[in-house]
Amino acid sequence: MQPAASSPVIEFCDVSYRIAGTQVLSGFDLQVQNGETLVLLGRSGSGKTTSLKLVNRLLSPTSGEIRVQGVPNQDADVIRLRRSIGYVIQDVGLFPHFTIERNIGIVPKIEGWPQERIGARTQELLQMVGLRPETALRYPHQLSGGQRQRVGVARALAADPEVLLMDEPFGALDPLTRDELQREFLLLQQRLHKTVLFVTHDLREALRLGSRIALMEAGRLVTALAPKDFLRSTDPLASAYVRAFGDGLESAANRGTS
Amino acid sequence: MNVVRFIWQNHIQVLELTLEHLRLVAFSTLFAMLIGIPLGMVIAHRPRFTKPVLASANIIQTIPSLALFGFLLPVPWLGQRADRLAILALTLYALLPIIRNTYTGIRGVDGAVVEAGRGMGLTESQLLFQVELPLAVSVILSGVRVAIVISVGLATIAAAIGAGGLGEFIFRGLAMVDDRVILAGAIPAALLALLADFGVGWLERRLQPR
Repeated sequence: MQPAASSPVIEFCDVSYRIAGTQVLSGFDLQVQNGETLVLLGRSGSGKTTSLKLVNRLLSPTSGEIRVQGVPNQDADVIRLRRSIGYVIQDVGLFPHFTIERNIGIVPKIEGWPQERIGARTQELLQMVGLRPETALRYPHQLSGGQRQRVGVARALAADPEVLLMDEPFGALDPLTRDELQREFLLLQQRLHKTVLFVTHDLREALRLGSRIALMEAGRLVTALAPKDFLRSTDPLASAYVRAFGDGLESAANRGTS
Repeated sequence: MNVVRFIWQNHIQVLELTLEHLRLVAFSTLFAMLIGIPLGMVIAHRPRFTKPVLASANIIQTIPSLALFGFLLPVPWLGQRADRLAILALTLYALLPIIRNTYTGIRGVDGAVVEAGRGMGLTESQLLFQVELPLAVSVILSGVRVAIVISVGLATIAAAIGAGGLGEFIFRGLAMVDDRVILAGAIPAALLALLADFGVGWLERRLQPR
């Protein structure tokens, strides 16, 4: 069952998605390699979020196929598939009636882990995302936006999935908190080497976090390039993006983690 | 003060009728919850059924209560005993607020929360029982509260078909043109409604998710 080391972890094969007469994605081909952070970049309505939701089957493609670790995801048990993929969204979606501890431990709990193992894992994760141990007993409304998003990341990591889907996770945060979380994401990723599919419309964020940037426009993949190549790309859309974001991008692309 | 003396003198009967009244309200509210909450959960997830179900419950609500009691009289098993009939009619009236609030409560749960839960691999029933229902519970209870208050009032009319309850005093007082007798039924009924309103309201606040 173990796929060969070189095979992609997530693979879109000629995927189209159409809803209510609107072509959201067409002929989408993309491969995400093991351990890389692939950023889907594009404007609103370009199909980024749709692509993400096709991976954990919150949506099903009109045609084409998505493979996760070599297996077409339509053949997989949908509940098992989702539990094996971490999912972080912009609005976080923490359960307001659960403590932070229960929020983080939800997937381990429904997977039937013993209580003490869940508790230990929760503490480990809180530390990993830079939250204090006593946060465990608080409720989401008692935390700041940045803290909630940290909990969102911890929750996605709880059952130690190989794959993470992140849909503009830092989009709603103030610039300072966003910067902090981006830096910590890089440090975390250096340790964990998850395969991450990351959606953003912020080029600066894409350059900083991505090992590759897939630029999307109107449901199509325009190009997929490493950050430094992206800045030098002659593709009209890519260069338009770079111009729109202006100066200082080179340093962002150097991805200083300090 | 005549009223107080009258109630005091007849306190055993007042108590009996109050208990009868409570019984009608309790059974009908229970049945309405057993039917209405699951129905509200279904229409919250199946938009196709939303309109027909809510419209039907609405129509029932518009039937004058005395007429509904009359319509139900020929129904076989139910028509034999007035209290069964009254409970059925009260159940029908209590359905609308309970169905509607269950629907509203579940639809009002933050979409991001449901989507995050589904995306993490919660099954539909885990989503319903661990996320949607707990978050909707205070809205559902406020529907139950409205249903109880309506039922306490409507149950006085059940005395017209001989189902007992505090309405007996009211009808008797009307016939005798005696305010004291009317009030001996109306005051305990109003107190019951207030008490139920307060009690369920308290429960509602306690169960309010943060």
